[in-house]
Amino acid sequence: MAITLNINGEDRSLDIDPQMPLLWAIREAAGLTGTKFGCGIAQCGNCTVIIDGNAVRSCNQPAATAAGKSIRTIESISENNDHPVQQAWQELTVPQCGYCQSGQIMSAVALLEKSPNPSDREIDQAMAGNICRCGTYPRIRAAIHRAAEISSS
Amino acid sequence: MNKLQISRRNFLRVSASAAGGLMVSIHFPSMAGAQEMGGGAEINAWLTIDPDNIVSIVTPQTEMGQGAFTAVPLMVAEELNIPWENVRHVFADANRHVNNDNLYTTTSTGGSTTVSRRHPYIMQAGASARERLRVAAANRWSVPLESVVAEQGMLTSGDMQGTYGDFAADAAEVTLETEPAIKAYGDWWLLGKEDIKRLDIPLKTNGTATYPIDVVVEGMVYAACQACPVPEGRLVSYDFDAVKDMPGVIAAVELVQTKDVPSFTDLRSGVAIVAESWYQAKNALAVMPITWDLGRGASMSNESMAAEAMQLISQPGTVLLDEEGNIGRGLDQGVNHDAVYGIIEASTNVVQGDVYHRPFETHATMMPPCAVADVKEDRCDIWTFTQDIARSLNEAADQLGRDTTNVFLHQTYLGGGFGGGYNMDVHRQAAAISAEIGRPVKVIRSREEDIAQDSQRPPVWGTFTAALGEDGLPEALVTHFVGEEKMPAFAQRGVANMPYLIPNRRHENSSIQNHIPIGFHRAPGANSTGFIVEQMVDEMAQAGGWDPLEWRLKLTEGNEPWQRVLLAMKEKSGWTTDMGDGEGMGCAVVESHGTIAGCVATVAVSRRGQLFIDKLQYFINSGYVISPLTAVEQAESSAIWEMSHAMFGGLVIRDGRVVNTNFDSYTMMRMADTPPVIEVSLEMSEDQWWGGLGEPTGPPTPPAVANAIFYATGTRVRSTPIAQATL
Ligand code: FES
Ligand code: FES
Repeated sequence: MAITLNINGEDRSLDIDPQMPLLWAIREAAGLTGTKFGCGIAQCGNCTVIIDGNAVRSCNQPAATAAGKSIRTIESISENNDHPVQQAWQELTVPQCGYCQSGQIMSAVALLEKSPNPSDREIDQAMAGNICRCGTYPRIRAAIHRAAEISSS
Repeated sequence: MNKLQISRRNFLRVSASAAGGLMVSIHFPSMAGAQEMGGGAEINAWLTIDPDNIVSIVTPQTEMGQGAFTAVPLMVAEELNIPWENVRHVFADANRHVNNDNLYTTTSTGGSTTVSRRHPYIMQAGASARERLRVAAANRWSVPLESVVAEQGMLTSGDMQGTYGDFAADAAEVTLETEPAIKAYGDWWLLGKEDIKRLDIPLKTNGTATYPIDVVVEGMVYAACQACPVPEGRLVSYDFDAVKDMPGVIAAVELVQTKDVPSFTDLRSGVAIVAESWYQAKNALAVMPITWDLGRGASMSNESMAAEAMQLISQPGTVLLDEEGNIGRGLDQGVNHDAVYGIIEASTNVVQGDVYHRPFETHATMMPPCAVADVKEDRCDIWTFTQDIARSLNEAADQLGRDTTNVFLHQTYLGGGFGGGYNMDVHRQAAAISAEIGRPVKVIRSREEDIAQDSQRPPVWGTFTAALGEDGLPEALVTHFVGEEKMPAFAQRGVANMPYLIPNRRHENSSIQNHIPIGFHRAPGANSTGFIVEQMVDEMAQAGGWDPLEWRLKLTEGNEPWQRVLLAMKEKSGWTTDMGDGEGMGCAVVESHGTIAGCVATVAVSRRGQLFIDKLQYFINSGYVISPLTAVEQAESSAIWEMSHAMFGGLVIRDGRVVNTNFDSYTMMRMADTPPVIEVSLEMSEDQWWGGLGEPTGPPTPPAVANAIFYATGTRVRSTPIAQATL
């Protein structure tokens, strides 16, 4: 059965079971592998995408629930790897293994779109759903502040 | 400290690369340095210089966030003398390595050794290439070799000049009579610079870094696997008919275990479901009726293991002795381990420790174990989670009964490793399933299956009894640490060989029965024993009326690397044992991987008993540092890694199985839990050596925090997770 999902501004007709979790629709059916799998129970944030402006865990919601909405993945946030969040991430060398970072970046992008100059507290809240096993949290926090600075200059 | 020596009586294999550039592979005679290198027979490195002066450098180690893909190119570029912008990283060819006498010596990646143990032959590759470029230029220009300068990718002599790329093809033909010596520490222009960023950063900010889970092969299907939930148990039967009509389901494949007790990477008894999509495979597997023979571990639990440990610890254990009859460093001065009990009995000032404990922990790499296999009649291609590409290639060949020449294992980035990539059978699972169904397959382990089947970090229990002399310092000390039977040495690391000079010591050990698989886990052994040793030390210091930092300084007198760290802690951390009510500082120092890492923790405990770790300060002495930025990143990373276990971790074993198998129950540190201040100070000894940097800040962190909690509250936290302690 085909369902249509709007991913990164493009309507994609995907021949999948509508109950397929959105994460696997994005990775397997749409072929966008930047979004990662970590737990499958909305605990780690590796699978974070932005749906209608909100950072959402895609691993435990059926693909059908996202039909008609705007889904954004890591692949869409800039052409040249130069979104302010990406610039800040590179400047402060945030990633280690890198596996969690698509999710971290998507959560950070969603946060900054809502709150261009977030406090530490807001950052802690917005990033609470994202685990980094490599422990890059101090750098992520600093990089979000830096991204806010880059955006406003 | 390890000081590597290596003979330069090497010879070189040189050939022009396909693009007409220079490719260098260096062979050292197998007898030279082989033992110090960990037993490898030959030593090689590879680099290619293209005509456009771009240098591609191969790294046989894996990149799991620790910076190997940058460290190896850095070391080559230092000797080659090429601008860092011209350096590219390329993956190693595992097939070529395996089928050419281990061309790169080893592809194993662990123990913080990529730089510390392997730098001599890696730097030699760069030096050798540079010298041959100089000879090529001297020949073409007909000038004396001494007049040719190789610097920043340019060769010059008088007013003649050219790029390395211009001379690369010529250099490939040059044979050197003697190999150049590699540079000494003081002569570096690139290594040790503050601002060198890792090469893999940009790929990891836009989702383009490829991990095994991202690999797609034409016609690929997906598999979910299950081994017996009680480790060491075996599959008896399964009812595929019950699930075969579920959406997408293609097949069930039995995973056949050939050994009674599988080692780390042997295929474990179990079953897989293959489906069109991974979630379909996982859903069908979850409801398929399976019967297991649960094996010997079926009634084990945390409680049963603790009961056995407490039983063992209450009676004398085995004494560990080295060949000279000593039990470790610091014990060769007047040590009398047999007399220790007598001294304690006669003493009027005995400190009797309680039992400390660290539980099982799991790797939970951010990418769950995953492998893709495409087994065809004439070749097999594999992408997998591994910290040793050659070993996994050999094992895949073994699994398939194939010759290694037809097995190709492709390196990818890894979503963390931490030792977990040494203990996997996921590549064997993928190979076995693909061979069985005749299609390429991607095996993804669910997080639940990952944590249930991981080779875990073992638990440890430890206690001590000390007799203090008139000066308040220990005169005699008995320690008794209990580990488990599979890797008992982990429970003794850093205890028998603690650096503190105590005149009479005895160290006893015992092991409990254990069916849970055990593996290497970032800073193995020290990660658990450090928690016990460094609190035990504080207990002795307090009982003897000593400041704990002064106590450590006193009992490591003459040990320069430790003194350097301890003095830095004293002078730079704002050290005091006298903070306000509910606040405290604590210290701990642990050596692992040849690096001494000290931690000073500052904590506050609220009236309600809530713990805040305000600050963690690290003082690290690893001898050399080639990349300070990576060193600091790794220090932060291993500190948070270990503090995460100490605060929130701890596997729960019940009915022989791990029950907290996902992040809702095996919890870990998140952004808000991370201490607001983490500072790292590199304190390098003048007498230099190469210590590892991927792991050492983990072990001192939990004891420093626990010691700080003691100063803040008077409560001693003797087990983890600390979040469960009543403060
Ligand atoms: S994979 Fe979705 S939150 Fe972990
Ligand atoms: S960078 Fe490795 S998990 Fe976050």
